[in-house]
Amino acid sequence: MNPVRKRRLIVTLLILGAVAIAASLSVFALQRNMTYLYSPSEVEAGKAPAGHPFRLGGIVLEGSIHRVPGTLTTDFVITDRFDNIPVRYTGILPDLFRVGQSTITTGKMVGGTFVATQVLAKHDSTYMPPQVAQAIARARAEHRIPPQAGHGGAR
Amino acid sequence: MNEVARKPVARFVPLIVFAALLVFFVVGLAWNQDHNASFVPSPLIGKPAPAFRLPRLAHPAQFVSKADLLGKPYLLNVFASWCFACGDEHPTLMAYRDKFGIALIGYDYKDTPQAARDWLQRHGDPYREVITDQSGDTAIDFGVYGAPETYLIDAKGIIRYKHIGPLTPDVIAKRLEPKIRELEREGT
Amino acid sequence: MSPELGQVALILALLLSGLQCLLPIIGAWRGSKPLMATASTLAIGQFTFVAMAFGILMWAFATNDFSVAYVAQNSNLSLPLFYKLAAVWGAHEGSLLLWMLILNLWTVALVAFGNRLPEAFFSRVIGVLGFVSFGFLLYMITTSNPFGRMLPAPGNGADLNPVLQDPGLTFHPPTLYMGYVGFSVAFAFAIAALLGGELKSTWVRWARPWTNAAWGFLTLGIVAGSAWAYYELGWGGWWFWDPVENASFMPWLIGAALIHAQAITDKRDGLRAWTLLLSIFGFAFSLLGTFLVRSGLLTSVHAFAFSPARGVFILVYLAVVVGGSLLLYALRAPKVTGGKSFALASRETLMVLGNLMLTVACAMVMLGTLYPLVGEALNIGRISVGPPYFGPLFMLLMTPLVLALPFGPLSRWGKADLTVWKRALARIVAMAVAAGIVGFLFGARGWHQLLGVTAATWVMAGVLFFAIKRWREAPRGKRYPFEMLGMMLAHFGIGVFIAGAILTRSMSVEQDVSMKPGSSVGIGPYAFRFEGVRELPGPNYRAEQGTMVITRDGAPVATLHPQKRTYTGGQVQTEAAIQAGVFRDLYVSLGDPLGDDAWSLRVYDKPFVRWIWGGGVLMMLGGFAVVLDKRFRLKRVEETETIRPHPAPATPRKLAEGEA
Repeated sequence: MNPVRKRRLIVTLLILGAVAIAASLSVFALQRNMTYLYSPSEVEAGKAPAGHPFRLGGIVLEGSIHRVPGTLTTDFVITDRFDNIPVRYTGILPDLFRVGQSTITTGKMVGGTFVATQVLAKHDSTYMPPQVAQAIARARAEHRIPPQAGHGGAR
Repeated sequence: MNEVARKPVARFVPLIVFAALLVFFVVGLAWNQDHNASFVPSPLIGKPAPAFRLPRLAHPAQFVSKADLLGKPYLLNVFASWCFACGDEHPTLMAYRDKFGIALIGYDYKDTPQAARDWLQRHGDPYREVITDQSGDTAIDFGVYGAPETYLIDAKGIIRYKHIGPLTPDVIAKRLEPKIRELEREGT
Repeated sequence: MSPELGQVALILALLLSGLQCLLPIIGAWRGSKPLMATASTLAIGQFTFVAMAFGILMWAFATNDFSVAYVAQNSNLSLPLFYKLAAVWGAHEGSLLLWMLILNLWTVALVAFGNRLPEAFFSRVIGVLGFVSFGFLLYMITTSNPFGRMLPAPGNGADLNPVLQDPGLTFHPPTLYMGYVGFSVAFAFAIAALLGGELKSTWVRWARPWTNAAWGFLTLGIVAGSAWAYYELGWGGWWFWDPVENASFMPWLIGAALIHAQAITDKRDGLRAWTLLLSIFGFAFSLLGTFLVRSGLLTSVHAFAFSPARGVFILVYLAVVVGGSLLLYALRAPKVTGGKSFALASRETLMVLGNLMLTVACAMVMLGTLYPLVGEALNIGRISVGPPYFGPLFMLLMTPLVLALPFGPLSRWGKADLTVWKRALARIVAMAVAAGIVGFLFGARGWHQLLGVTAATWVMAGVLFFAIKRWREAPRGKRYPFEMLGMMLAHFGIGVFIAGAILTRSMSVEQDVSMKPGSSVGIGPYAFRFEGVRELPGPNYRAEQGTMVITRDGAPVATLHPQKRTYTGGQVQTEAAIQAGVFRDLYVSLGDPLGDDAWSLRVYDKPFVRWIWGGGVLMMLGGFAVVLDKRFRLKRVEETETIRPHPAPATPRKLAEGEA
């Protein structure tokens, strides 16, 4: 091998090595840091990981928002119209957070309550984040809702 | 390293990677199209609309029932004064109210009648009739996810189409109007 | 003025862009002078009609023509005129029109400044830009017509999304697009070179100022977007690794890599194939960004409404443009060999390392951004990838780059002088350590803060060392050519940015508190006293305005008025109040009424946050400064010339390491 080729080989190997390391690190970090979105029904069905953070998406149940007096803690309920999950959040809620609107919260289950660390309400003019609509649609499909009984699960 | 033999293949690597990415986009887009909110198939489509009896916004003492509306197709638009996206949808409804060719009925969802009246006063009233559902119980029978939503109900009281989210000129032209025309053809 | 005229203007522009794509390229292929001569005329013609369409839409906004559906959806009688005009690009259709206008501006600039390029090459470049333009115009006319009518016209419009009613918005999309679209010029140069078999590195030198300018604009656009998010989203963050942000960050990373790759190809004739590839990727990522935002494939804070037809169109367009380019590349790219050889310790090696890290970082960002898509395609479920993935990985990838950064400019092309490295290393380490100690004495605690100070000083000291060395060794008047000045500004900007990003992160105090009128909260040396909230009318909103008096040791510092606005459409928007300073921002935003006159409030102390944007502005200035360099002024280049004109060395060889 002449020096030029040898050098090029070394450079190529170094580059490939660096890229391989970066790629494996990326994939590793990705595996650890992705969070799944679940609907209340899926959480009730035990699909959400216990003790791990995940995202809970749904609609803020009408009449369910209650502030704990004297604190920044707010309790509310997220529903997909089949199952309801109580949520507790401490902090300032986004501008668009209100009953009847869809929202995505991040946090984990503590006891029977979802303790949220982040509450998102989308501020574009789209009506409902597709994720939430899909989660609700999935919930509907799994409950095999007969047409006339759309309210079966809404307790 | 035989450069002459190796080179052309290496040159195609970016293209191949790009093509693979493209496949993911296509699959992703197709998936999204099937699963997007606006296309969530409602289990009620093709089925009779639930029976209801709700007070009129203009005269809360009077009631409108499903039976009262039978005989002609109509659009049922779920809205509320608290609903942010309804504000987006509203100018479209104002512009299209006479173009639908069928009645546009408002369905005031989980709202106080006074707030709804103020809202319509301020922005204009596109509806032939507005019924109010303060408790939201009937909305559950309809399978309302939230506001705004629009149902197309035929003369026999059967739900023919449902749109979730604000109506836009695009949605009306591409999805709603064909369904309405279909109804008209059946009707004659 | 009739909106239909705008429609007609767009269709005429489409026809002209088609011709602009075909005629000059055929002319260059056949060697027909008359056909090639059409390039400039067609480009200017297309620009005229696109500008006309843009003007007509703007006029419709200014005159409240709600019969235009787009105006009705994005404007309102009570909207201030300033925002009415900015509302032109407040939503999908109009922002595409802006995209088109900017593409045409770049093309016309090329006609004005690039007419000394060899005729055949120039014709191909203009032809490629015509092709890019044709696709977008077709897209606009078929799926996203901004001039659609809504009859009968509503009496009033729906109003512009209040989040967008901020001076930042008027600024952010145009500058961002200037950057995105600007990469089309480097792209067109690369494709023209491939088409014409012009695989010497001449085209690279012609492309360099354009790439630098585009990158400068993109930097400005990202900075403006970041600052806008900081003001307008109400929680004091400046970067969220949101898909749309990533969409603008990916071309930025590739652009930074491209700038350096172009320098190597220009000066050393090396990395020719790589430079071609990066030119294609830079623009590909700009298109990808547009695709991701427009198709609604990825939901994000500011994705526009979903439309499958639009998504499909952009996908096909992306496939044709990028796939076609990569195919062309596969068939015609030059061999890897060529270029002057270089030692392992050389400026080339360091720049290749930088290129590698930037490209890998871009791939990492892309993986995280697109992974949710993959998850959907494989039906794994709805996944989101958040800042915990991007942040640490990005820092990790940038570490070798930051470490090597001071040594790049200090190294010679070909083979670095190791004694220079050693001397520089000793001083830079000394300065960085000294800065760490000074920081410690001033109260910096925690390894994050010390790391921030040290890393920032490392980079800035490297630039200073280089500047001093250059001052001593180069003759007066030739010390800092613009190209070098740009490099120094941008590198120094990176140092400033590092200081801002790390120090803000580690030193910020953020509190969400519940306060009653008259109550106080202390943050660091500052006392925040809440004076209550009162109602205030605005042009198209009603505001609840809080008053917060800030004192330090009893002396008044500032009185802030955060607002919570309710717009006529019913939308609520928080406006943070910020006492801005070089060393710290005091940030107050209003939450919700808690009853009993109490309110929830965010009260933040954010030290060094301005340095983040300050660093970005320096990087932008660096990009722009390079454009002014004399080396890039075109002399009449002979058509037949195939050998790159080699400038006589301005300085003795010993100074060659000083050449940027």
